[in-house]
Amino acid sequence: MITATEPNYSFAAALAEFESRLDGGRPWLRELRQAALARFLERGFPTTRDEDWRFTNISALERTPFRPAGACDVPAQRATLLALPWDVGGEQLILVNGCYAPDLSTLSAESGLRCGSVTSVLATDDGELEDHLAQYADYMDCSFVALNTAFIADGAYVRIPRRHMAERPLHIVHISVPGEAPSMVHPRTLVLVDDEAQASIVESYISLGEGTSFTNAVTEVVVGEGARLRHYKLAREALGTYHIGTLQIHQKRDSEVLSHCITLGGGLVRHNINSVLAGAGGHCRLLGLYLVGGDQHVDNHLRVEHVAPHCDSREVFKGILEGRARAVFTGRIVVHRGAQQTDAKQTNKNLMLSGEAQVDSKPQLEIHADDVKCTHGATIGQIDRDALFYLRSRGLSEAAARSLLVYAFAGESLAEIEIEPLRRRLQRELAARLPQGEFLEALS
Amino acid sequence: MLVIENLHVVVDGQEILKGVDLKVGAGEVHSIMGPNGSGKSTLAQVIAGRDTYQITAGRILYRGRDVTELSPEERACEGVFMAFQYPVEIPGVSTSYFLRSALNAQRKYRGLEEVDALDFLTLVKERIRLLGMDERLLNRALNEGFSGGEKKRNEIFQLAVLEPRLAILDETDSGLDIDALKVVADGVNRLRGPERAFVVVTHYQRLLNYIVPDYVHVLAGGRIVRSGGKELALELEQRGYGWLSDEQAIEAVAGQTAAERAG
Repeated sequence: MITATEPNYSFAAALAEFESRLDGGRPWLRELRQAALARFLERGFPTTRDEDWRFTNISALERTPFRPAGACDVPAQRATLLALPWDVGGEQLILVNGCYAPDLSTLSAESGLRCGSVTSVLATDDGELEDHLAQYADYMDCSFVALNTAFIADGAYVRIPRRHMAERPLHIVHISVPGEAPSMVHPRTLVLVDDEAQASIVESYISLGEGTSFTNAVTEVVVGEGARLRHYKLAREALGTYHIGTLQIHQKRDSEVLSHCITLGGGLVRHNINSVLAGAGGHCRLLGLYLVGGDQHVDNHLRVEHVAPHCDSREVFKGILEGRARAVFTGRIVVHRGAQQTDAKQTNKNLMLSGEAQVDSKPQLEIHADDVKCTHGATIGQIDRDALFYLRSRGLSEAAARSLLVYAFAGESLAEIEIEPLRRRLQRELAARLPQGEFLEALS
Repeated sequence: MLVIENLHVVVDGQEILKGVDLKVGAGEVHSIMGPNGSGKSTLAQVIAGRDTYQITAGRILYRGRDVTELSPEERACEGVFMAFQYPVEIPGVSTSYFLRSALNAQRKYRGLEEVDALDFLTLVKERIRLLGMDERLLNRALNEGFSGGEKKRNEIFQLAVLEPRLAILDETDSGLDIDALKVVADGVNRLRGPERAFVVVTHYQRLLNYIVPDYVHVLAGGRIVRSGGKELALELEQRGYGWLSDEQAIEAVAGQTAAERAG
């Protein structure tokens, strides 16, 4: 369907302008961008008539004339940028408005580990990129992936070589610095974990300032045979930000993935998290936590494809909603023909702290094999009155008891974070958001 | 210590307590017995301050003060404790942390200094031995995955740490095997003292072999229909609650009790 509306033409103009700023570039990459843009123009933005976007209305995004964010004056912002709380006890790869910022990054790079920017890889060995970039997140299938692909210039590139055991986490920080006019960034990340390697990666999305901005991120992750990856995504942009992110995970035989997606910020946030269990014996755990209030809208859209047999997958998403916040959860599990002995489970639990908050939870199973175990469940509830009475009957004030229960509800999810400095910081932040926070601090 | 006068309580639109009178003095152990559905648990929870239960008439006096309008936390801070029939599981909160918060909230209310982590540890280690519990329970999430017996012991352990003036045990014996029952009873007996009163709510006489009450009351149909000494528990054991089963019998017994009192 062609939707030849005004904003789409402006995207074409934006791309032309964007490309003119790039110095030449590889022909295959230019072709990829053009093809992706063509696909985007053909599809247009999804509407609430699309089943996958039924509860998330992006018409306001579509109406806003976003322009690609210009290069940020990093030296001028240096002090502000360095003050951001991103230390998780490991290497830092920092991108500002989608471009690698070597001055801010601390890549002491362990031997053998390759990580840096897409441009630096292009300059040396683009074969490696051509083989993988845009091979997993399909721009034919999704307008936002198409748009991101059309704007690929720089990005984060990480390769964990075969049998490499990364000891410290790598933190990829995507910072957007909105200008006066509405601006957009299309952060791109490619993570290759080769066979039998192991790594922990944190991806943070942060914005400086309150201006209207649009972050359209795509991260492709390939996890090799017997490899193990922990991936944490923190969405904590300002309330003026539309964040649409796609995490595309491709898992080979006997690989193990834990993905934890934590939403604290952003005005309208949509996470597409797709995992393809392509080889037998894979384990995939997709966890999530969202803490939203005011008029925030968060939509977690999961799709786990069991292509190969003997794989298991777990989806556990928990949310706490205040104010008029709205959350959407779709957990789709597709079991392909031949994916026997699949063990898949999905859970979505919501704690409503306000009568005006709203949740739409949609577990979905699509099963084409006959020897599988699949379950799903969703709960939407208020603070448990029995639990509240129990705590108060021991002397805790009502406010303290409520905070404790909220903290405990989210704490279970945060406890799954294996990087201690990150876990502790988020626990402290959570405590600080709640009444009687100082009392909760000692809990962790 | 505790005086309950003509207490009427409505739960979900239904009157459960229909005029309960009870007097408990300092140092005394009272047992409330009665068939299922007689209102025993409602009575226990109303004393502890459950605010979803509506008091439509009567009042509760604790140490001479009307506490009917007090919140559960205020009552706790004043020294009222209830061991729950169904202790709530609270994932994500360690037993030790929770209990220290509770103890310090109560101390703060009473104008006492907060207990620091080290003193608290010494205290809980001493009290946990009293209940024959595994110290590792302290670091586990509150009641999460505890067995029925562990949950009940944990209630009495909390009692031992918080040292209330008035302790209400709501069916603490249900679900306990005989060994656990002895441990729990032993713990309670050690906590008995001239300044502390107990109200032991139970369906079975068995517990009262180990926690010997000074007074026994029979609650049926939302009223206390008979009161007596510990021998009343034995009588109930022999006769069961069958004789209380219909309203007429209750009225008859109530009348008889009144006549006895009058006589």
